[in-house]
Amino acid sequence: MNRLLSEAKKSLITSLWFMVLTFPLLVIKVNTRDNTVVWRWMNLLWVAIGAFGLSWIWRRMLERREKGNTRIQSSAWREKVTVFASNRKFQISGLSTLALVVVLFPFLVKFYQVGIVTSALMFVILGLGLNIVIGYGGLLHLGYAAFYAVGAYSYGLMYLYWGLPFWVALPFGAVSGALFGLVIGFPVLRLRGDYLAIVTLAFGEIIRLLLENLSGFTKGPEGIAQIPRPAFFTKLSLQGATTYLYFIAIALVLLAIFVIKRLEDSRVGRALEAMRDDEIAAQAMGIDLTKAKLTTFALGAVWAGMVGVVLAGKTTYINPGSFTLMESVMILVAVVLGGTGSIPGVILGAFLVTLIPEYFRALADYRMLMFGVALVVMSIFRPQGIIPRVRKRYTVGGGKE
Amino acid sequence: MSRTILDIKDFSMVFGGLRAVDHANMHIDEGEIVALIGPNGAGKTTLFNCVTGVYTPSEGDISVVSPLGKSVRTNGLKPNRITELGLARTFQNIRLFSSMTALENVMIGRHPKLHAGIFGAIFRDSKTRREEEAVIEDSLNILKKLGLEKYANDSASSLPYGAQRLLEIARAMATEPQLLLLDEPAAGMNPQETRELDDTIKRIRDDEGITILLIEHDMSLVMSLSERIYVLDYGKMIASGTPEEVKSNPAVIKAYLGE
Repeated sequence: MNRLLSEAKKSLITSLWFMVLTFPLLVIKVNTRDNTVVWRWMNLLWVAIGAFGLSWIWRRMLERREKGNTRIQSSAWREKVTVFASNRKFQISGLSTLALVVVLFPFLVKFYQVGIVTSALMFVILGLGLNIVIGYGGLLHLGYAAFYAVGAYSYGLMYLYWGLPFWVALPFGAVSGALFGLVIGFPVLRLRGDYLAIVTLAFGEIIRLLLENLSGFTKGPEGIAQIPRPAFFTKLSLQGATTYLYFIAIALVLLAIFVIKRLEDSRVGRALEAMRDDEIAAQAMGIDLTKAKLTTFALGAVWAGMVGVVLAGKTTYINPGSFTLMESVMILVAVVLGGTGSIPGVILGAFLVTLIPEYFRALADYRMLMFGVALVVMSIFRPQGIIPRVRKRYTVGGGKE
Repeated sequence: MSRTILDIKDFSMVFGGLRAVDHANMHIDEGEIVALIGPNGAGKTTLFNCVTGVYTPSEGDISVVSPLGKSVRTNGLKPNRITELGLARTFQNIRLFSSMTALENVMIGRHPKLHAGIFGAIFRDSKTRREEEAVIEDSLNILKKLGLEKYANDSASSLPYGAQRLLEIARAMATEPQLLLLDEPAAGMNPQETRELDDTIKRIRDDEGITILLIEHDMSLVMSLSERIYVLDYGKMIASGTPEEVKSNPAVIKAYLGE
């Protein structure tokens, strides 16, 4: 009883504090037309009740975390899932169902839905690319959208000046993405953590401002319009092109997963992760940090470059406004929310970040608030992300389990 | 006389106004176990850091002789280049790759001995596949040599303290060094573990033919292991010689016990 009272007191203080904080914004409203002040006392009541309840739940959750209950529960739960997922029969039937759904999807739903899912898939690739830099290399990169812009503008400009088609631009976008990855890589070789974040952030803005201000070359803020959609032998209808782009995005997602998976358990991937864990020890193990960092940036940027080309082909119009810091931040949110370093985690994160605002239009105005809250809650209760990385195990025979 | 592996001549390291190491000379021959001792703050770890390339020496020459007899001056070389010359080290404050398993830590030690690049990793040709299989095999063998195989799939940070120290040695051995530099390998170990470490280090030298230079505060371990001892005090090399010579050297007694 005593405990309950003290708990209630704590929550009461929190709710009072929130009432004071939100008072000017949620209670006082000045009606400028007839110069009166409206006092919305009901709002204050809602805030009080909401803050009281939430602070109660918050402390309960913290307690649970202290006790370590959740971890034990989730690991038992996880055990079951792993056993179930490693069942060969289940794997085959699950994967073939998934493949069927993926292939039939564009023919079953309205074609604007296909467009939305294609955007989500593009975001998945961006997330996977950024995950190489952040999840494996451990380099906090806040200017990732710049590589996206580089890809989009490589197609835009190549079309504008030489009339080159999508399929020529795609590999070129990948290469120019990688080159720009090296360009940002060199000056930041010695930086880590916050300092690296600041420089990469600045790099992202520099690229955007260059695109905006080199009007003679890039057409500036008005952007490049009427970029052709990718052609499948002949020019496709809008509907056909949308479906086609959907499959291109699917193919790129599969390619990204394949390549990253392979890199992950190879000498190159191990070197990147060693660098993330401890730079000095990694160097003492003979890892060339210069090479490892440049590799990280280039490997990460390749994907953004390709997705950029797809974006230009999808929207047929690009301008610098699509590649703001906000875009970089959203990709980062997808990675951190889903699970840094974990491929399924990043895929889930990218879908959540793109599809929730899309399908819950009513909440679209509050999405930044929601993602902010989600990040805070996640970093306290589950810092490893929704689907954390699972490390590979080796059997003593030298094989892989 | 056997081949000199590491030769340090007239070496000094200056941080601002502080001479951390002052005109030190030292040489290590193949097959030796040499200890570097001295009171706290004497400059032992600084010397290690300079030898392994973490710092660039202010004065003097450090050279490493390859097994083929070629001498390379290592001043200012990057740590990864020095590792490739056959020097491997452990750290005083454990620096394992904490998010990885014990086996993966050792696999990273194999890095300089492997060749796969990005394209090899993506296309996984037969050469890369064989290399990968060999890495797992070799790394497990190294773990076995140090009795760590039961921890192979455990996260490195979850290992008991003594095992973490041993894992650092395993990881360093994976680079196939000619000289292994151990920075306080027994720190934090209990007497039982220290005795085992004594055997382990001797075995590494006898079976693997790896020369050893260690920094250590545990005098019984130092006296039982090392064939030669160097003593640093306030950055100056005040004595060197066999354990008996060093034990009876008045300068050493003064440095440790005061006057």
